[in-house]
Amino acid sequence: MSTLRKRITLGALCFSLCAGISSAVFAQSLGSPISESQLRGFDLIAPPDGSGYPGGGGTAIQGKVIFESRCSACHGMKGEGTSAVTRLVGGDMQSEKRPIRTVGSYWPHASTLFDYVQRAMPADAPKSLSSSEVYQVIAYILNMNGIIEASLVLNRDSLQQVEMPNKDGFIDSSQAL
Amino acid sequence: MSKQELEKVAGNGLINRRHLLGLGLAGVGVAASSSLLGADAGMNLEIPSWSKQPGPGASGYGSRSKFADDMQRLSGNPNPLYPGGGASRSPLHQLQGSITPNSLHFERHHAGIPDIDPSRHKLVIHGLVRQPLVFSYEDLLRYPMVSKIYFLECSGNSGTLFGPNPADGTAQSIHGLVSGAEWTGIPLYTLLDEAGVEPEAQWINAVGADAASMGRSIPLNRAMDDVMIALFQNGEPVRPEQGYPMRLFVPGCEGNISVKWLTQIKLSTEPSHFRDETSKYTDTRLDRKSLQFTYPMGTKSVITSPSGKMKLERQGVYQVSGIAWSGRGSIRRVEVSADGGRTWADAMIQSHQSEKALARFLIPWEWSGGDAILQSRATDSQGNVQPTRTSLVTEKGNISTYHFHGIQSWAVNTAGDVANVYA
Ligand code: HEC
Repeated sequence: MSTLRKRITLGALCFSLCAGISSAVFAQSLGSPISESQLRGFDLIAPPDGSGYPGGGGTAIQGKVIFESRCSACHGMKGEGTSAVTRLVGGDMQSEKRPIRTVGSYWPHASTLFDYVQRAMPADAPKSLSSSEVYQVIAYILNMNGIIEASLVLNRDSLQQVEMPNKDGFIDSSQAL
Repeated sequence: MSKQELEKVAGNGLINRRHLLGLGLAGVGVAASSSLLGADAGMNLEIPSWSKQPGPGASGYGSRSKFADDMQRLSGNPNPLYPGGGASRSPLHQLQGSITPNSLHFERHHAGIPDIDPSRHKLVIHGLVRQPLVFSYEDLLRYPMVSKIYFLECSGNSGTLFGPNPADGTAQSIHGLVSGAEWTGIPLYTLLDEAGVEPEAQWINAVGADAASMGRSIPLNRAMDDVMIALFQNGEPVRPEQGYPMRLFVPGCEGNISVKWLTQIKLSTEPSHFRDETSKYTDTRLDRKSLQFTYPMGTKSVITSPSGKMKLERQGVYQVSGIAWSGRGSIRRVEVSADGGRTWADAMIQSHQSEKALARFLIPWEWSGGDAILQSRATDSQGNVQPTRTSLVTEKGNISTYHFHGIQSWAVNTAGDVANVYA
């Protein structure tokens, strides 16, 4: 931990020196306290560790109906896409040719699908689905990709168990200089 | 001064950059303008009409000359299947210096530009902190701020050059997802310190208030460095398309992590693995493994004039000019070649060489009417040298098309037409 502290102090020092002002002037405290419970409806982050998931749930069978009415105009009836960026199904990372990268072939975590659909989809009306509808429609996308059974009830517990085919396909480069 | 007195320093007409200074510059001026003057010889100059009547007076908000309004960002057509999504590119071939006017700064949106009322906007810092805090815009305006000039580049910039065939484009259409500005804001660590970072926190997760609630994760050590919450751009409040009322600004790194319309910073032990750091903005290598969180932008330069789709109308001396930048330091050197990389000459770096900012370079070049291939090669203060396109593509493949920073070639043919080529 001490190295992190050191890095923080050094970073602060460098920034203030570069900017030509002393760090003393930063001693301001204008933020207002807020509690995590007040942020429950605001914080949509749903990371792989399972924190932050709402209740509710459902199956791909239920999700098919939602997909066909709310998603297929842009993503195709079978998730085949209406453009390269809207294809949601298929692909193979090991193919000889340039691999097609989709939710099914490329994404390392199922949590990302929940997180993204909840915050950004459908693109013409983001955040208009209930939590159960999000579970259901992503269950259908995972099912079309052959990753889960149509009858699996997807919820915050079962989503955690879903293994994505390309889960080991990524290398964290965040500390590369 | 005759052409022979201009000292040639590399093949195919490159002239010593010292001719840009003092006496030498006069020499270049004569060489370049003599034919122009010749064309108008015999014409008498008269007092123009605008010198004979008063013009309109001062105004509350300035606008550019109607004779200069062809300078536009280049954007695609609106796509009903991607509402508000897409990008616009800066007109690099028309801009000078190293600062992009705010109205011409490139854009990239994932769900359009939100119309944010700053009095209702909130910035929340929470997660692994001693005290979660919420800040209003008014609160933030009261903090001491820092100002720095930085470039901002989309990691998809120049990505077409990974493709098998050279795009028939301009400096704008190929490279226009880079811009430079002075950003003013609050060092992020100030606000993180105020909330009190818990020892186990390792990442910040930043989310915008646009309809996509775009999110990115950034390691805490990087976030504690030169990252700021930017409130002003070139002296005025950050424009809506740049994140009004506030954006994260992560100098030197791919533009996407400088989350616009910033509303949430959550501290955690692990990254969130948002869609835009897994599905997108990741770099799949030839072995099919993909690099995630590849933030810094490479050492790069682009010749903006002469550049794609321009035409050299007559033989003579031209100023080869362009911009160079590096996500890892300042620009120490830019070399230019007129013979496709066989010989190189040092260009003059015109602007102050500050860290993670655009630097303008210049070198005089005499075009004698033959074929030429113009290239530029940047070296940064860390010693990183811009690679050739071939070595970059050989190393990275073209499964992913982010982070292109290879040397690009503009071919000039005997008719004077300039085009992007692979050389
Ligand atoms: C109006 C068109 C439209 C509708 C309707 C729509 N989407 Fe999308 N979707 C898009 C676009 C465009 C993108 C790419 C966005 C981007 O790159 O910023 C996208 C991206 C996605 C992605 C990420 C794809 C990838 O590989 O990165 C998922 C998953 C997704 N949509 C799911 C859904 C679901 C589920 C629905 C229905 C509830 C839906 N979308 C409705 C247009 C749409």
